[in-house]
Amino acid sequence: MTRRPPRYWLQLAVTLAVCALLVVPVAMSIAAGVTENYFVGVRSGLTLRWVGEVWALYEETIWRSIYVALACLGCTLALGVPAAYALVRSPSRYVRWVEELLVLPVAVPGLATALALILAYGTWREFRASWLFILVGHVLFTLPFMVRSVLAVMAAIDLATLEEAAASLGASFARRFVTIVLPNARPGILAGSLMVLTLSMGEFNLTWMLHTPLTKTLPVGLADSYASMRLEIGSAYTLVFLVMIVPLLVALQWAAGRAGRRGA
Amino acid sequence: MAISIRLENCAKTFPDGTRALEPLTLDIAAGETVVLLGPSGCGKTTTLRIVAGLEAPDAGGRVLFDGEDVTARPIEERGVGMVFQSYALFPNMSVAQNVAYGLRVRSVPAAEREQRVAEMLALVDLAGFGPRRVDQLSGGQRQRVALARALAIRPCALLLDEPLTALDAKLREQLRVQIDRLLRGLGITAVYVTHDQAEAMALGDRIVVMEKGRIAQAGTPQEVYHRPATAFVADFIGTMNRVAGEVVDGHLVWSAGRLPLGPLAAREVMFRPEDVRLVPAGGHHVEATVISAFFLGDHTRLVVDAGASAPLVVETSERRTWPRGETVHLAVAPGALLAVPGQSP
Amino acid sequence: MTTGRRAILLAVPALAVFAAFWLLPMARLLQVGASGPRGAAAYLAVVTDAAYFRSLVSTVALSAGVTVATLALSLVAGIFLQRNRFPGHRVLVSLITLPLAFPGVVVGFMVILLAGRQGLIGEVTSRLFDAKLVFAYGMGGLFLGYLYFSIPRVILTIMASVEKLDPALEEAARSLGASTWQVTRDVILPALGPAIVSAGALCFATSMGAFGTAFTLATTQIDVLPLTIYNEFTNYANFAMAASLSIVLGAITWAALAAARSLAGAGVAAAA
Repeated sequence: MTRRPPRYWLQLAVTLAVCALLVVPVAMSIAAGVTENYFVGVRSGLTLRWVGEVWALYEETIWRSIYVALACLGCTLALGVPAAYALVRSPSRYVRWVEELLVLPVAVPGLATALALILAYGTWREFRASWLFILVGHVLFTLPFMVRSVLAVMAAIDLATLEEAAASLGASFARRFVTIVLPNARPGILAGSLMVLTLSMGEFNLTWMLHTPLTKTLPVGLADSYASMRLEIGSAYTLVFLVMIVPLLVALQWAAGRAGRRGA
Repeated sequence: MAISIRLENCAKTFPDGTRALEPLTLDIAAGETVVLLGPSGCGKTTTLRIVAGLEAPDAGGRVLFDGEDVTARPIEERGVGMVFQSYALFPNMSVAQNVAYGLRVRSVPAAEREQRVAEMLALVDLAGFGPRRVDQLSGGQRQRVALARALAIRPCALLLDEPLTALDAKLREQLRVQIDRLLRGLGITAVYVTHDQAEAMALGDRIVVMEKGRIAQAGTPQEVYHRPATAFVADFIGTMNRVAGEVVDGHLVWSAGRLPLGPLAAREVMFRPEDVRLVPAGGHHVEATVISAFFLGDHTRLVVDAGASAPLVVETSERRTWPRGETVHLAVAPGALLAVPGQSP
Repeated sequence: MTTGRRAILLAVPALAVFAAFWLLPMARLLQVGASGPRGAAAYLAVVTDAAYFRSLVSTVALSAGVTVATLALSLVAGIFLQRNRFPGHRVLVSLITLPLAFPGVVVGFMVILLAGRQGLIGEVTSRLFDAKLVFAYGMGGLFLGYLYFSIPRVILTIMASVEKLDPALEEAARSLGASTWQVTRDVILPALGPAIVSAGALCFATSMGAFGTAFTLATTQIDVLPLTIYNEFTNYANFAMAASLSIVLGAITWAALAAARSLAGAGVAAAA
């Protein structure tokens, strides 16, 4: 093993600096969220009182984020899985168009999409004031990710021949879809689902514009707390967010790995 | 159980304009194994898919099963068994579940299903493989599962699309024997697509040689081999030697020698490598120079230059070696000569 | 089989939702954008009006700067991580990709923790240099924030591409006598070219359209187009201007992403 050249140490330094930039504030935030007094530091003792206060103040936002995310998942599954199948089995000229279209709400800033929704449907009171308004924004934003995830897995297996084989054995379209298409697309559906949940839980740009004081989600609450609450509460709230989102992220990485291996 | 199949004036033009099949009429008798043979792009797979119901023939074409017009029926309702080139086994199911799939679709009760699955697996020598996952199987095993799955539904006809192409040579030969035994034993009508002529000759009751969307010749393997109807069939099946020259005195004469023509009166003739005899010098013969010699175990294939437009291929079971450049003498019995089809006298 | 023709019907529900909740509203947005006192000229306001133009320029400059910095840092770190294994490697990579899920607000908070009035950097500099460095609430803080959410994305793309590099090419270059730097310059970077360009375009588009981070750090010193749009809409109720500006911004980000997609194929998405 040769001695490492100076270049190696330089690269290592840059890499560590990048990691530090990304990780240190997260660690600080976690620490601040469970410390008695941020200014004094960890010496002041660990406590869950800030987390308790966060719960008291923002419990509703946490639940709302969860059920919006689940509802969003339901919608994207119902809309996105058939759409992915349609794209896999259709001639390629349609496919490009549909994909380009569905991606537009992602390509365009959430702000613009939200503004458009408000201008178009804002006068419809019940809709504007309900959580469904936020749901619509989330579905528009997460749908392309579900479609893409499922599409990738479906495209990697020779669905057409499998379906022909099933048809030759007498299976109708509905039966083929349920017994052959869906089970084989499962890794993509799983990865897509985790992606949708993660994105929905963390969505801010759209939600900030679309929310009302009665329909706040977790990220909206976070913005609130950073602006008006003390650092410890903001940190504790962020900690709650991390606790919810990190398992999803880990599961997503695992699921995406499985979906990637499927095609090979 | 076995049905007769008739394709009547079936042509196929694809949406992008490709003309895959010219109007084609073909009769397949009940219980017969017909092999569709030809190079890629000749339309053999398209023909099979029309029989299956995966493609519809152009207007005017009809598909008849036992005289009944099934052209409008989709594949789900035709009751044929199909074996695909890539086997198309369902990865999300075990072997037993794959074989049982067609039976499930037909709502066959569980007990009968299990029995039929076991029967089918035994038929293809895969007894006990039921619980295995598809990705645990070798190529040959997968192919046999695909066969079992197609046969489980007791199809009226078995359609096979190049089922052995993906396997190595030795396995191909073994499975060829198994498939042949199966087809004969079951007495089922079968349509088999392949580009491998050895396979075609071994399995087919009749061979249909196809070229560019048309039938070049349909006949028994012997007919197609010994009496090719067109130059294409002659060249495609086995190897054919060709020599052209002047007809003088009942002989074909050219630079390297002469061949007695017998009753034939053609300026260009064909003959098979195995019909060429190596003879001692002298007499009516052809003189040739050895270009290469391939020892193939049970015989040797010589490629010789005999002054014809292309080197001649000679097959001999004489046990010796032939160095490059050696002169050999050839003779062909007049009865083994064929006039090249389509030439003017 | 007729599945081919029938299949496209299965995309209808998704397309219907999309048409009802995005296409229609966008058409309305376009319409509103041209409905103000300036009429359709509002769409040019981003260049004709000094204030908006400044906003646009600073957003573009910021995004471009972030893109360059991110690419540089990600290339060094990404190649290093992909090529060197050490204990804790996998944990490190997982940690780096954590911020992928952070909404812009959380990133803003991270910046405050680092560079705010009670931030880490302020503490360190006041101890070392007796002068507290606080830059969270200016363009500097925004720059740091944008780096924060861009680096994880770009690093992942780079690492995935480095993994796919054919080692035989580098070995061939070395067998011909190339030094490590030359191999990097002549073999590795060109091979990574498409990934670099598409990741860069993605980074640019995301930065252009980012809102949450700027919102959290918002002060008068921060001037980016998304914030301007927000102010027009919420504080000045200037719907027409907000609409036209957001259409223009949307067009810019869409164009950048389309460029990225055409250079990289599928697998590209923006979210911040």
